[in-house]
Amino acid sequence: MNGLLEGLQWLVDPANWSGVDGVPARVWEHVQLSLISLAIATLIAVPLGLWIGHTRRGQFWTVQLANLGRSIPSLAILSIAFLLVVKLAPANHQELAFGFLPTIVALTLLGIPVILINTYVGVQQVDPDSVEAARGMGMSGGQVLWRLEVPLAMPLIMTGLRLAAVQIVATAGLAALIAGGGLGRYIVDGFALRENDRIVAGAILIAVLSLLTDAVFSLLAKATAPRLTSSGRASAPARIDVARGEVTPPT
Amino acid sequence: MISLEHVEKRYPGTTSSAVGDLTLEVDEGETVALVGPSGCGKTTTLKMINRLIEPTGGRIVLDGTNVLDQDPVQLRRGIGYVIQHTGLLPHRTIRQNIATVPHLVGWDDSRVDGRIDELLEIFDLDRELLGRYPAELSGGQRQRVGVARALAVDPPVMLMDEPFAAVDPIVRGRLQDQFLEIQERLGKTIVFVTHDVDEAIKLSDRMAILNIGGVLEQFAPPEAVLREPANDFVREFVGAERGLKRLALIEVGDIEVEDGPIVAPSATADEARRTIEAGGFGWVSVVDGGELLGWVDHDALEGCATAGEATARPFSAYVTARDSLRQALDSIVTSRTAVAVVVTEGQHYRGILTLERISKEIVA
Amino acid sequence: MTALDVLTRVSAQADTEPLIRWIWITDHVDEIVSRGLQHVYLTVVAVVIGFLIAFPAAVLASRHRWAVSPITSISGVLYTIPAFAFIFLLLPITGLSLTTVAIPLIAYTLLILFRNTLSGLDSVDPDVKEAALGMGLSRRQLLWRVEVPLATPVIVAGLRIATVSSIALITIAALIGRGGFGQFILDGLDTFFWTPLIVGVVLSVALAFLADILLLGLQRLMTPWAKAAGVRAVAT
Repeated sequence: MNGLLEGLQWLVDPANWSGVDGVPARVWEHVQLSLISLAIATLIAVPLGLWIGHTRRGQFWTVQLANLGRSIPSLAILSIAFLLVVKLAPANHQELAFGFLPTIVALTLLGIPVILINTYVGVQQVDPDSVEAARGMGMSGGQVLWRLEVPLAMPLIMTGLRLAAVQIVATAGLAALIAGGGLGRYIVDGFALRENDRIVAGAILIAVLSLLTDAVFSLLAKATAPRLTSSGRASAPARIDVARGEVTPPT
Repeated sequence: MISLEHVEKRYPGTTSSAVGDLTLEVDEGETVALVGPSGCGKTTTLKMINRLIEPTGGRIVLDGTNVLDQDPVQLRRGIGYVIQHTGLLPHRTIRQNIATVPHLVGWDDSRVDGRIDELLEIFDLDRELLGRYPAELSGGQRQRVGVARALAVDPPVMLMDEPFAAVDPIVRGRLQDQFLEIQERLGKTIVFVTHDVDEAIKLSDRMAILNIGGVLEQFAPPEAVLREPANDFVREFVGAERGLKRLALIEVGDIEVEDGPIVAPSATADEARRTIEAGGFGWVSVVDGGELLGWVDHDALEGCATAGEATARPFSAYVTARDSLRQALDSIVTSRTAVAVVVTEGQHYRGILTLERISKEIVA
Repeated sequence: MTALDVLTRVSAQADTEPLIRWIWITDHVDEIVSRGLQHVYLTVVAVVIGFLIAFPAAVLASRHRWAVSPITSISGVLYTIPAFAFIFLLLPITGLSLTTVAIPLIAYTLLILFRNTLSGLDSVDPDVKEAALGMGLSRRQLLWRVEVPLATPVIVAGLRIATVSSIALITIAALIGRGGFGQFILDGLDTFFWTPLIVGVVLSVALAFLADILLLGLQRLMTPWAKAAGVRAVAT
């Protein structure tokens, strides 16, 4: 418990809130890294996922990709991104390999599988009868997609974005390992300088930021969810609890 | 055998009861149907008998003991229970499914095997189904296995909830016929729920017509319900064409059949012509020592010396003693001869049924 | 000399380093094996303990639905705290030990295993449950003879996800020297020495792949009645 207190004490010390290594600066770096990566991942994965879900092609490989994404450690992705940039960057621009660029690459790669699979499943699980009826009414493929499938797929798409965002925020902390910025700096520097309070403070900040990200995206998801009942509340069907022999009437 | 006394089921937080105050008695060996519209509490009532739903008031006495005094698990092991979608355990073979309750109550393997042999015979199930899983059987096969499973320990009472609703009409008709045969053989006390009033009419000894809230509108044999519906609700629920439905319940063998105009092949053509005139139908049956050869009219007898020389035309349809009066009526309405010809299983002539004779059964 | 100069000089060296020096591998076989054992040990601990907590919790929640929301929320929060941060939060308390790694891993597998187990139990056909109760199975018999066997595919799918995710997550613990194969990745990164980095990546992915296949085989063994195509796990 001592350690946590130290961390909190570090956080309330106003000296740590100013300057290039201050809390606001580092938080902003962290958010920047995360947002940019999330945005790029979304721009790549969402259209692709929509296409796969709508046309039902390439589903097998998508699932394999998602499984693969789950099994490659984020540390590995970061390292490989670093390695790639080192090898590919021109000789007089080696500094590109540190910090920003490989981190963005790694975080983007991290986010793509989650967003892709959730988007694809979201579109694919739209009731095929509704889709068929829409086509029968004369909607073009694009109209079916935008007016029917996307709105109904929003909850799962938002789930994908939320999960990716949290994962990206969490992993952005590793950027510090390759001389990058962000909240991971506190942990890595704290380790090097043997300043435990700094380490714990960094950990607290990352944890809080992750939880906030989750909360923000949950709210966004609620805001974009399609309305399926006139009362606005999700309805529950009748339930039979056979074990207790009670039937709950539907709400 | 089963006595429901002022049984009530009220759910907390609702203003009206699912079942208000139901009193009903089922005799041993009887098949009782619970029918009614949605919300009448028929399924609730059924499930209170084996306490899958707990009554909030009243008593249910099964074979002398109040079910509320018994341990529900033990109670259920002694009652057969069949539901609409069978609920066969998908991860167990058919043999294992049927053996479920026997094993629960401690039968040894040889006794179980013996019982399974009996059940295969009663339900006309192929032995090779035993090793299969439910997913590999047809709908009709699954339903039969479901009922066989319910009777595995030979319980005296069986509860069935829409047992034949999940199959197509042709299979359903067959299953219903098999049910009647098996019930005649086994004589169980059966309570079954159905929303199909015609099924209730066909299968039950007595039917209980329930209104919303478990109100018992009429509890009587199907024939009585059709003849004298207790009120407008029952009348409407039973549906139109009550007369025809009642005819479906009476077998040809239950009523007296007229002889009708007949001659032997050895009779002279003149005799045959006289019999035609006397009969008033315009034709006469030619019967040779009990065997029916067909019918002849004046045209057929033209230029013949005996009835036997005339070309006898076959009747378009025949009915037997086991057929219903409704089928006889159908035969009358669709044949040129305007009667239903009654024969035995071996095509031996019994007599005829006319429209007048049949309506006498229905008109009070 | 500016920081940039240092970096540039160091990275010039990095650029010329070959991807694999096979000598390194043969020299470090012992360490590879011991790191592998550490990795496997941590994975087993995380999944087994996670399951020992999650399974009863899911059984409880399937019977008493009021428990679903609080349990999901708590495990959800634990799941969202990045392992990276979680480890360092625990550092002052549990020090540089395997426990510091194990606790965040368990927190992570808890949610996955709870949700999948609950989902599996919920997915059992209600008709089958009703018929089983109607036949006279007690609630305990219903759980063990009907619900759990039928929920097995989904439960094992959850175990697969939890296992594969744990294997990946353990690498982060390299930061406190207990990262299994991840240690090699970190070493390579720190020293611009690519061989251990690649070895670490390949071995951790291979381990995850192997675990997944083994558990899939286990699932097939346990469900002889499932001829139908794959079971989809709950997306976490």
